[in-house]
Amino acid sequence: MIYWELFLAFFIPNIIGYGGGPAIIPLIEAEVVGRYGWMNAQQFAETLALGNALPSPIATKMAGYVGYDVAGISGAMVAVLATVAPSLLLMLCALGLLHRHRNSPRVQCMSQWVRPVIAMMMAWLTWSFFSEGINNAGLLHTLLIGAVAAVALLRFRAHPAFVVLGALVYGGVFLG
Amino acid sequence: MKASGKAPLGALFWAFTRIGLLGFGGGPAMIPLVRQEIVKRHAWLSDEEFADILAIGNTLPGPIATKMPGYIGYRVAGTLGCIIAVGAVIIPMIVAMIALLTVFSRYRDVAWIRGMGQAVVPVVMVMMGQLAWDFLDKSKLVLGWLVSLTMAAAAGVLIYLLGVHPGLVIGGILAAALLRPMPRKAGAS
Repeated sequence: MIYWELFLAFFIPNIIGYGGGPAIIPLIEAEVVGRYGWMNAQQFAETLALGNALPSPIATKMAGYVGYDVAGISGAMVAVLATVAPSLLLMLCALGLLHRHRNSPRVQCMSQWVRPVIAMMMAWLTWSFFSEGINNAGLLHTLLIGAVAAVALLRFRAHPAFVVLGALVYGGVFLG
Repeated sequence: MKASGKAPLGALFWAFTRIGLLGFGGGPAMIPLVRQEIVKRHAWLSDEEFADILAIGNTLPGPIATKMPGYIGYRVAGTLGCIIAVGAVIIPMIVAMIALLTVFSRYRDVAWIRGMGQAVVPVVMVMMGQLAWDFLDKSKLVLGWLVSLTMAAAAGVLIYLLGVHPGLVIGGILAAALLRPMPRKAGAS
């Protein structure tokens, strides 16, 4: 059933994704693109680009749009609920327990040990965006846009919204 | 933990709407905004309470930018406060995403629209590469290069070569972290 699949696709990344919203993105990609095939890499990249250009948390924006794309308004509600509810309910119900263990080395270990795995998945996703770029926009455009975006984002700390906007204009003019 | 009911729902709604609209850059970037509204502007929580909630939120997985509003909303205005706070942060931009991407998808066959979509792929490639580097770098600070790269490589083999579900890999690591005997080096923070 589609709602159950949507629930699982967002519940699992959010219940194991230590490290905040960004850590959840490659996990969501593994479900949405890899496992269920609701989107291809190109569509996922477009969703991610717009998500990065708008304010508010990235995980709920991705969930809302993917859920809507797959199963309409109720799909969006299921996906967002699966994103928000589990950890929030845990926090509300187990506050005393968590409060006692918030500085426990074991708990800190959890997010520290997960980090290399998330880094690996992010690197893999970077690579898949690269090959997607070569397939569609071509190697030259991919390298050119990537280089300009890297300089703007890392060197000049430009706002992601402007970088995405710049790429849209470039694409509309030169890749059309 | 008790709902104190000291915050009016309208004020709660507007406070978190502002946070949602100004919070560029994802969850962690929003925390100073939440503190500004909740501690400084409305004084619904003290600084110590806020720091405590943040620390507890970080012991759990999932986006921090929805755990904080949800918990704070509940704490200052009960269940309805919780729903209003979370909704105010996330709903406006979910609607914007759906509206913009639905229009975009409808005109995907138009050449220049498709070109726009293709041109953002290298941008998210750069953003994702930067995130990968940040996570690896943070991991190196705590675990060192050797352990970080070994764990990353092992995870890569399991997930991408052997096709193990990432949930199983991470779940296994979380279980190992929780169940292992007392750690020798107790984290940095």
